Amino acid sequence: MPDLAIIVPSVLNGLTTGALYALVALGLTLIYGVLHIINFAHGALLMVGLYAVYFLHSSFGIDPYVSLLIVPPAMFALGYALQRGIIGRASHGRDENILLVTLGLSIVIENLALFVFRSDTRSVDTPYSFEVVEILGAFLPLPKVIAFAGALVTAALLWLLMSRTDLGRAIRALAKERKGAKLVGIDVDHVFAMSFGLGIACLGVAACLLLPSYYVTPQVGHGFVLIAFTIVVLGGMGSFVGALVGGLIIGVVEALGGLFLGESLGQIGIFLIFILVLVFRPTGLLGHKV
Amino acid sequence: MRQLALLGLVFAALFFVPFVVTSEAWQNTILMTLYAALLGQAWNILGGYGGQFSFGHAAFFGTGAYTVAVLQVQLGVNPWIGLVAGGLMAVAVAAFIGFTTFRYGLRGSYFALVTLAFAEVLRILANTVPFTGAGVGILIPLDQSAANLQFASKASYYWLVWAIALAAFLTVWWIGHSRFGARLMAVRDNEDAARALGVDPFAVKMRAIMLSGLFSGLAGVFYAQYFLYLDPAIAYGPAISVESLLVPIVGGMGTLFGPLLGAVALHGVSEASRALIGDLPGISLVLYGTILILMVLFAPRGLAGLVRRLSARRNSRETTNV
Amino acid sequence: MSETAQSDTMLRVEGVSKSFGGLQASKDISMSVPRGKITSLIGPNGAGKTTLFALITGFHKPDAGKVSFFGEDITGMAPQDIALRGMIRTFQIVQPFAGQSVRENIAVGAHLHIRSRDAALAKAEEVARKVGLGDRLDMDAAALTVAGRKRLEVARALATDPKLILFDEVLAGLNPSEIRDVIPVIRAIRDEGVTILLIEHVMQAVMSLSEHTWVLNQGELIAQGPPAEVVGDPLVIEAYLGKGMAERIARQRMTAGGAHA
Repeated sequence: MPDLAIIVPSVLNGLTTGALYALVALGLTLIYGVLHIINFAHGALLMVGLYAVYFLHSSFGIDPYVSLLIVPPAMFALGYALQRGIIGRASHGRDENILLVTLGLSIVIENLALFVFRSDTRSVDTPYSFEVVEILGAFLPLPKVIAFAGALVTAALLWLLMSRTDLGRAIRALAKERKGAKLVGIDVDHVFAMSFGLGIACLGVAACLLLPSYYVTPQVGHGFVLIAFTIVVLGGMGSFVGALVGGLIIGVVEALGGLFLGESLGQIGIFLIFILVLVFRPTGLLGHKV
Repeated sequence: MRQLALLGLVFAALFFVPFVVTSEAWQNTILMTLYAALLGQAWNILGGYGGQFSFGHAAFFGTGAYTVAVLQVQLGVNPWIGLVAGGLMAVAVAAFIGFTTFRYGLRGSYFALVTLAFAEVLRILANTVPFTGAGVGILIPLDQSAANLQFASKASYYWLVWAIALAAFLTVWWIGHSRFGARLMAVRDNEDAARALGVDPFAVKMRAIMLSGLFSGLAGVFYAQYFLYLDPAIAYGPAISVESLLVPIVGGMGTLFGPLLGAVALHGVSEASRALIGDLPGISLVLYGTILILMVLFAPRGLAGLVRRLSARRNSRETTNV
Repeated sequence: MSETAQSDTMLRVEGVSKSFGGLQASKDISMSVPRGKITSLIGPNGAGKTTLFALITGFHKPDAGKVSFFGEDITGMAPQDIALRGMIRTFQIVQPFAGQSVRENIAVGAHLHIRSRDAALAKAEEVARKVGLGDRLDMDAAALTVAGRKRLEVARALATDPKLILFDEVLAGLNPSEIRDVIPVIRAIRDEGVTILLIEHVMQAVMSLSEHTWVLNQGELIAQGPPAEVVGDPLVIEAYLGKGMAERIARQRMTAGGAHA
């Protein structure tokens, strides 16, 4: 039985990873809550964000945290365009068609990346990449601590946007009642695309916060996409708080599972949670919607 | 009956392909096309006729492939027995996945995601346990003899996949002309209405997923014996799941010949792209993904649906001309 | 054979209740349907008629009470098992198998007791002619008109060789001439020995078709009897037209009658 000196750092580490998972899941749950779309291309779009941050750094010397001013808005625009141009036209009345189109998008994006960037692993080298911070006797990499704080701040900003702005009100109205929203004059296609854009912008933020302590390859999204789905179903499809709490839980489960069972069996734990929740509690553990 | 005759004709013609096409490279291309049609037809049983979109058919394929490989390598079991065992193990996995999901009424996108998760669990397991060779993979020793289900000639492998594909296509023909098929399609199109008419959706979906798993598993056995090498990413990775669903979606879901049309179209496109721009990593998948998006956007009923729509238009024009 | 009183009642509902969340959709309902007759169930919108159908046919499970069919307790059984015993329902919002032909749609019903595909298709054709769909056998069910879809619902149910059919507003959405066409079809079904329970809004149809009617309001049975008597029941009038209406109508009748006298 490993003692606390190992468990505490492991839990803290899990929490920092979990906060980033939560950020990825937040975008997914926003999109699901409003559009009732399961965006399969979420992982691939995170990868796009990571490459953007990487090249802004390697070609223009822009620090990943400065990229927060560039990448999320660009990702927002990309998301808006994808929803309006492709995804929004695909359903023909069946959810599965949207799933298929986003699957197609993820295949195209990933393999284009593979074609252009090859499967090399790339990471950025910043002066603070290897700085550590001591918390509760555990030494955590500085970028991970920043990512943790950044993820919480982003979640708070998103919450403010949803509760305090006209756009947020329109989005919530649409999530609740499509027909009613149309009746009171909300431009449904526009608000749908704005929601999708916001969800993808979350990925942009996640990319900026993630890269200093992580890496990018064309397949990097794979690891995130099923985890993000797990978080979303765990927290209840469409629930913000659920995504946040679910993300932290999954981060800790993964860290502890890895500690006790070895890395790959730890991952199985996540998928088993995913299957069990979907089969037995499809409304999520917190069972509460936007 | 006309459909059955056409099916017989097509497969009779396919049988003679190795006599006409003697280039090994072309034999391989045609073989892989027929193999893709088999994968697609397996998916089509559950997805096209049953309306249950699986994103994890690799779970069945990989189980068939690993069963025949592990039995041979670890226990010295003859691969002909492995062929049967592989099919049956895939059916068992299908029954397990079907039971856990259908029992609780999981449908639509949720079903797709859960099947994907099952395939991932199996991939990680195959990556971890020792008897599958873990991440290194498993190599079937080369020993070419018919008794060993290994052949020196491409033609013999071709006839093997031909025979399995024929069984799959005949099964699907039967589905289109049986009570089971009528019930399966009724559940696909409206589960409540089907129940009101006495159809048990759970029983029907279970049979569909087991049949679907059987043919995916047999395709996996064929793959293992043809390439003599497996690793977790090949056997349980997403590529197989994607190919399985792409073929019938392109060709036409819920139709007998859709998977064949889809396989020919997809392999045609990827051969053409190879000829035009060379063999670049990822390019054929970029094309596949693009085709998937275009099909869902503009031809959700696949090539078979397009053909039907065009011929209907021509017919109506003829009648108006008369 | 069992006692005649028992065998005359085909379907018996005893004290059935159901609530969804806080809403009581059915309150302690007891009713029965006699063999070989057309019985109707009426009531204003939201009275819980369709819910009662769903409770009888297994689509919902009652919180309390018992449903028996031919004396067998079928409470809580799955819809398909109930269908297998010979009780078939149709849907108010018609549910065709879109993309399949009319013939194929009806054959799904025929397959309940017929294994052979050819025999089921032949049976489908025969039933289609009976309900007036004989000329549209190869049409996509989704392309049918509303009236056509209603006939399709009837045909699919009929093709199962049922003992009891529960029709949920088969006449709603039809124009008067279409209604006139369908009424004899329903009567012909009864004449072949099939018992019928129908939910109907079209009062003229209820009056002309059914021998006995049950009235449901806010989840409760409030009246029963021959339709002609029931429509004069003050409770029923109030349920449909609101409080005070019964008195006013009665007063009008009195004054009208008085004037004549």
